[in-house]
Amino acid sequence: MNPFDYERAADAAGAVSTVTDRPDAVFLAGGTNLVDHLKLGVAEPDLVVDINRLELTEVEALDDGGLRIGAMVRNSDAAADPRIRRDYPLLARALLSGASGQLRNAATMGGNLLQRTRCVYFQDTSTPCNKREPGAGCSAIGGYTRYHAILGASADCVATHPSDMAVALTALDATVVVLGATGERRISVTELHRLPGDRPEQDTVLEHGELITALELPPPRPGASTYRKIRDRASYAFALVSVAARVDVDTAGHAPVIREAAIALGGVAHKPWRARAAEAVLRGAEPTAETFLAAADAELEAAEPLDGNRFKVPMTRGAISSVLAELTGVPEALPESTTEDTHE
Amino acid sequence: MGHSLHLTVDGQEHTLVVDSRTTLLDALRDRLGVMSAKKGCDHGQCGACTVLVDGRRLNSCLALALTHDGAEVTTADGLAPEGEFSTLQRAFLAHDAFQCGYCTPGQVCSAAGMLAEAADGAPSVVTDDLEGPVELSEEEIRERMSGNLCRCGAYVNIVTAVSRAAEESR
Repeated sequence: MNPFDYERAADAAGAVSTVTDRPDAVFLAGGTNLVDHLKLGVAEPDLVVDINRLELTEVEALDDGGLRIGAMVRNSDAAADPRIRRDYPLLARALLSGASGQLRNAATMGGNLLQRTRCVYFQDTSTPCNKREPGAGCSAIGGYTRYHAILGASADCVATHPSDMAVALTALDATVVVLGATGERRISVTELHRLPGDRPEQDTVLEHGELITALELPPPRPGASTYRKIRDRASYAFALVSVAARVDVDTAGHAPVIREAAIALGGVAHKPWRARAAEAVLRGAEPTAETFLAAADAELEAAEPLDGNRFKVPMTRGAISSVLAELTGVPEALPESTTEDTHE
Repeated sequence: MGHSLHLTVDGQEHTLVVDSRTTLLDALRDRLGVMSAKKGCDHGQCGACTVLVDGRRLNSCLALALTHDGAEVTTADGLAPEGEFSTLQRAFLAHDAFQCGYCTPGQVCSAAGMLAEAADGAPSVVTDDLEGPVELSEEEIRERMSGNLCRCGAYVNIVTAVSRAAEESR
């Protein structure tokens, strides 16, 4: 581990100003990703500003009926919060799907959003990686891509964002509150993370020195919601594919009609993937197994799988349709038999 | 650069000077000689380093020691008074919940933290009703203990031991 200076921040504005002034300074929150990167040499800051004493630890009701969650609320505490369990069950489930009990006790809401990809090449400083070292090349392309992107990737980077929580926040239309040297701004969580393009080193739209201080959830919407995660182990593994969904069905008329649907996908892209094409198919349609598959197909039309992750296309299709069936009480479509190995 | 660090470990107070890079695990083992916190993977993947920090289970390998300046740390050594075993430790012995024993201090610290979380009503991802009471079924225990690996594969007996300890401490 490279040597670094250490400062304990007393207030958010001071932390922002300190990091803004030092190009190689970083914030340290729960440390579950950053401390590992310090050991691996993936991160080599010259100053670590520890924000663990900042009082950003409240979960508060907002006047509009929404909820404001401080950036330093630990993932386990957010998942156990009675209001989140009652009004945003997909967020509670997504949080509880991530990592382990010990890690959730340390990991923070802000830090979870800013955790970096678990691409094995990104984490291995002996292999070229455009995200770690711009221009070095991508070792994943043509390499081990089981955990990599099928949507929105580029010729420079095929990494995925590893967060479960961020996928749920994306389906919930959450807002990220950010403090910078010139003041506060609000960013829709759907706009926080970037697609890799030719600048994969840039995970998010945040400027150096900007600090996430809170997340804001809009008031709970009617309908059913959940989070489903498919992974290689029963627990304590990153998602191969995950789906956060909320659906509101109008049952007043002759035939039921989907009033509103929000779907976000994890494990498939460089950012939590809001499935707008699928939503467009669902909105105003009758909830049937055929509609659900058509919605999934509309989203996956743009999929460009790699040699190592072709299974993710049918897996995502099945996951979307299965989650929608669960939420609407419609019998699930049985997947057509396929000769491909889908690892299901 | 040296920084002053104050820790209470298993009831004993310590003040020392550490490099900023020192993890809580290395401070315990290398500086304070507290060997009951184990170093397995050193990357937060195995749970052998699990300790209780102010009562909550944490991976001590993924925490800078300085972050926890002033904290009260409990390792497996401090779960019961000198010469005694905690309910959990006795259950691990009674049910053969280990083979080589290397992961065991982390397992019992993790289980102690997990039982406190469950007693507080915290759900897990396998809890059907997120707002309902927590019943520590074997499925729940497996899920809640998934951050602790056992390379000997003593999982079956670990689940039994934790389950029995949970019943006893109810």
